[in-house]
Amino acid sequence: MLKAQGLACVRGDRLLFKDLSFAIDAGSLLYVLGENGSGKSSLLRMLCGLLLPEQGEVLWADKPIKANAEQYLANLKYLGHLNGLKDDLSALENLQMGARLSGQEVTEASALAALNAIGIARCAHLPARVLSQGQKRRVALAALWLSASPLWILDEPFAALDVQATEVLAARIGEHLAGGGMAIITSHQDVPIKAKSTFTVSLSA
Amino acid sequence: MKQAWLTVLKRDLLQAYRRRSDIATTLFFFVIVSSLFPLGIGPEPAVLSSIAPGVLWVAALLAGMISLSRMFAADFSDGSLEQLLLAPQPLAVLVTAKILAHWLVCGLPVVLLAPLIGLQYALPNEALWVLVYSLLLGTPTLSLIGAIGAALTLGVRGSGLLVALLVLPLYIPTLIFGAGAVATSQHGMSAEAHLSLLAAVSLLSLVLAPVATAAALRISVE
Repeated sequence: MLKAQGLACVRGDRLLFKDLSFAIDAGSLLYVLGENGSGKSSLLRMLCGLLLPEQGEVLWADKPIKANAEQYLANLKYLGHLNGLKDDLSALENLQMGARLSGQEVTEASALAALNAIGIARCAHLPARVLSQGQKRRVALAALWLSASPLWILDEPFAALDVQATEVLAARIGEHLAGGGMAIITSHQDVPIKAKSTFTVSLSA
Repeated sequence: MKQAWLTVLKRDLLQAYRRRSDIATTLFFFVIVSSLFPLGIGPEPAVLSSIAPGVLWVAALLAGMISLSRMFAADFSDGSLEQLLLAPQPLAVLVTAKILAHWLVCGLPVVLLAPLIGLQYALPNEALWVLVYSLLLGTPTLSLIGAIGAALTLGVRGSGLLVALLVLPLYIPTLIFGAGAVATSQHGMSAEAHLSLLAAVSLLSLVLAPVATAAALRISVE
């Protein structure tokens, strides 16, 4: 489904990687490994279309993502380093509005269920500005319980999470993959995730 | 698409409502700047009413200016801009919701307050109406053009001043036609020509600015 062909990334005047090619299909998990600054986040942003590759291209269903942006984006859920939460809105409002923006209709009950799934339901009505780093991360991740997108691109999803939340999230990603989804993940922690097939891409600094 | 557009609008308005002090800053700035002139120049009605169109329009322009750098800055630093770019809708359309929210929060209050300030300048009744119409037609342009500047200077240090340098020259046509409309009506002529030109500038920027803003946002995020 998702294919990368000969990708190269240049930031400033540094070449981070080149000739990077891979392909993933339904049910597969792709780990992107590498040291800090090796270009993991840049690669993920490139796969989303936020960053244009210096060379090569990204294909979704054999079509370049640039040419079919709207169709591709409807199939994509991306979560970067930043949580995308508004400080003045409550956790629940943030979650609901975020989902509506990506074209899903979400009821309050289903949004609450999503917050409950990752163990943050008691903060549902608190404004995001009073939440801790880990709590904010959980609110952002709760969107994965609402997402029907087949492709998940997650940048360090386990960072700032406690042991329990990490397990819950790993189980959710496993469930997504078992249902025919795809996931691309960077992580410095070794979290076991059940998948039909697991690939890794290593970037060296 | 409509749902996503309304969500963006609602989210921005809800945030503005929860941070009412930000709206107050813009309004107080407008009130104070435009009230300083009568105090500094003296209470001569003939002098005041002849400088009124220019002073009020420049004050409205600067008041809209100070809130511009906030239009995308928070979205940029908290990551919601990335999510906006990744929404499966045309970015240029979603951007219009943000611009409309900015105008409703920073432009419309100035339009509504302007006739009160106009009284300080001994403006006749008819000129007050023309002032309101001209601001109503002209202030959307300020938000539209301002959005391009705000998007271009995202993540740049000292962006507030840079936005002013980029955007103020582009405000000149709006200023000329807006202040001109009020001045012609003071002289007993019809302001229709000026108002039509203002509307034309607004429509032109409505077509071009969202596309330019969307392109600038993509560059800034990269």
